[in-house]
Amino acid sequence: MKTTQILFAGFGGQGVLFAGKFLAYKGLVQDKQVSWLPSYGPEMRGGTANCSVIISDTPVGSPIITNPDMLVAMNLPSLQKFVGSVVPGGHIFVDSTLITAKVDRTDVQVHYIPATQMAKDAGFSTLANMILAGKVLKETDGIRFEGNKETLERFIPAKKANLIDINCKALQAGYDY
Amino acid sequence: MAERVLMKGNEAIAEAAIRAGCRHYFGYPITPQTEIAAYMAKKMPKIGGIFLQAESEIASINMVYGAAAAGMRVMTSSSSPGISLKTEGLSYIAGSDVPALVINVQRGGPGLGGIQPSQSDYFQATKGGGHGDYRMIVLAPASVQEMASLTIKGFNLADKYRMTSMILADGTIGQMMEPITFEDAEVETYEKPWALTGTKGERKHNIVNSLYLKPEELEAKNFERYERYRAIEENEPMWEEYMMEDAEICVAAFGIASRVAKNAIVAARAEGIKVGLIRPITLWPFPSKAFLSAADRVKGFVSVELNMGQMIEDVRLATQCKRPVSLCNRTGGMIPSPDQVLESIRNAQKGVF
Amino acid sequence: MAVVFEKPKSLTDAPLHYCPGCPHGIIHRLVAEAIDELGIEGTTIGVAPVGCAVMAYDYFACDMIEAPHGRAPAVATGIKRSRPENIIFTYQGDGDLASIGMAETVHSAARNENITVIFVNNAIYGMTGGQMAPTSLPGQVTQTSPYGRDVKHCGWPIRVCEMLATLEGPEYITRVAVNNVKNVRNAKKAIKKAFQNQMEGKGFSLVEVVSACPTNWGMTPQKALEWVESDMLPYYPIGVYKDRTAAKEAAK
Repeated sequence: MKTTQILFAGFGGQGVLFAGKFLAYKGLVQDKQVSWLPSYGPEMRGGTANCSVIISDTPVGSPIITNPDMLVAMNLPSLQKFVGSVVPGGHIFVDSTLITAKVDRTDVQVHYIPATQMAKDAGFSTLANMILAGKVLKETDGIRFEGNKETLERFIPAKKANLIDINCKALQAGYDY
Repeated sequence: MAERVLMKGNEAIAEAAIRAGCRHYFGYPITPQTEIAAYMAKKMPKIGGIFLQAESEIASINMVYGAAAAGMRVMTSSSSPGISLKTEGLSYIAGSDVPALVINVQRGGPGLGGIQPSQSDYFQATKGGGHGDYRMIVLAPASVQEMASLTIKGFNLADKYRMTSMILADGTIGQMMEPITFEDAEVETYEKPWALTGTKGERKHNIVNSLYLKPEELEAKNFERYERYRAIEENEPMWEEYMMEDAEICVAAFGIASRVAKNAIVAARAEGIKVGLIRPITLWPFPSKAFLSAADRVKGFVSVELNMGQMIEDVRLATQCKRPVSLCNRTGGMIPSPDQVLESIRNAQKGVF
Repeated sequence: MAVVFEKPKSLTDAPLHYCPGCPHGIIHRLVAEAIDELGIEGTTIGVAPVGCAVMAYDYFACDMIEAPHGRAPAVATGIKRSRPENIIFTYQGDGDLASIGMAETVHSAARNENITVIFVNNAIYGMTGGQMAPTSLPGQVTQTSPYGRDVKHCGWPIRVCEMLATLEGPEYITRVAVNNVKNVRNAKKAIKKAFQNQMEGKGFSLVEVVSACPTNWGMTPQKALEWVESDMLPYYPIGVYKDRTAAKEAAK
């Protein structure tokens, strides 16, 4: 696969760090080189949060992403902040429940996914992040979608193991959208 | 082979320290290194170790001093402003010749500065910080794997030479997750006949002390210490060379800056520029020989740093100013982009330093 | 010939550097006697301060460490947490303990750190030549309060025992003096108890010893001891400010 740089951005509390971590683990269990770098600090509490995930066959150089191949935006400020940085030919995933604005670039593939509404309708209202992650996996060459349960088991603590199934469902819903 | 796991750099330090036999941790919270304390707080009570949150950085370094004097493998961790507070203790630890490991996950300064990654404590770490004639072994990890391996190495060197080892990391390496494998730690152990254990009535009392009121004695102590430092400068420098075989331009960078530099070097090579990297892994002892040898082969150097230009002085000293050295930097928590580094490499290629 | 008086085993043969008439010698001796009588010389580790007693590491025969100014309780914490089976004491003056090291003092007390603190209060910085201390009395003339301590300008002296006794943490907080034979005897008892508490795992014990500094007070040793009685003790009354075990016994 070519090196894929994914920027997952939204408000603190939407699970952008968790979804990014999941994508990094997907790379890890498929023997890829990966890095995961969160934004950190007080702005995380209720403000904007993002994380940079790099998945590659070769060793990762800088873990800092300047121009992502894929941008996931879970709020408008994040979309506005990063929309111009996505490489031409890249992908932008927009949670269209929360962001009504449209992307005015024609050189990227834009995926509008009403992830928050889908999550609410499906009864796992906190998992819009994983619906979007499912869609990201669909568009990422070189990473198999299968094996999500095993991947989640790698980093979800045993006492929260009951959440693994609904996370898998959310991923599937995004993948199928 | 051990399993690859994803871990934050800060957590890797804590886990590696435990594997290196550290059972005493004293700290005080500060961003962006608090995961180390949190990890220790969780793990230490379960393995018979001590985690204690002190009332201040000053108290925590002095608890380290006490535990080190008692013969323990002991550590503390902090970030830039907190390290400033610890420097008094670092000077006493140096003057008393006891071993300790200190982690600095750097953030921007001076003053309260910011919380984003920085390398602006290079001078403080390599040139002193505290008062008096002394050195610390300074190790600069550039990956989560190195956060672990250099932590173990740091403990070993500290015990071997009876001094402080400092891990000079930054907020990026501390906060990022990367795959890491924990091979069996190569833990070296050293006799500590000087340690405070109680005399048990069997020997004269041990004294751990840095006070010498007779200047002749203090001078002799410092001479003796610098003999040890000379051995370290001879035996312990560590560095990585990347694409240096045919390089005409040499980038100097450590830690996170070296990761950005590698991206830029790959891009420059694609443009046909013969450029390589020397990455100091030990900042003290500085790998001077590697740079001096490179100076005979390259046109010039580009020092990439997250500060206003600190390591560049050591690059100039090491190369005896035989070749020009330019600075490519951001500071205050900003990180140079690969494009910025690439531009500096292009300029160097054109002879613009 | 029967031996009627000898140097405690816990003191070395090093000659003390203290000024003529300085009670540090008495207090060193009381600490050493307590260690001898409890049979803990081989397990005791002492922490010397910065101040007049900085070279206490040469005088006590047990293992010793010299701490940065004010940090003795933190250093003692590090040692005690490393070697809980050992007996750890600090020996600190008023500048060390109540000024620069107040945070370490309060927090080690709050943690009920199982250590013994000997706090020598002579209301002045002795080693640096007689500057105002956190315990210098109102009106007291020192090198840095040449017109007498003006409390409107530089505040009031701190009563350490009274303050620490308000904390839930510590086991035993007491103030003694060494200005006459009776007080010296009582000081010895308090110091011994402070070590015994540690041996029994009871926790933080602090003995404040009201002392004198003839040299920097500008008095003869005899006059200095009288000044302790007339001026120091009214502001710093002798007494037990906290004794958790005794309080529990009394409540039964």
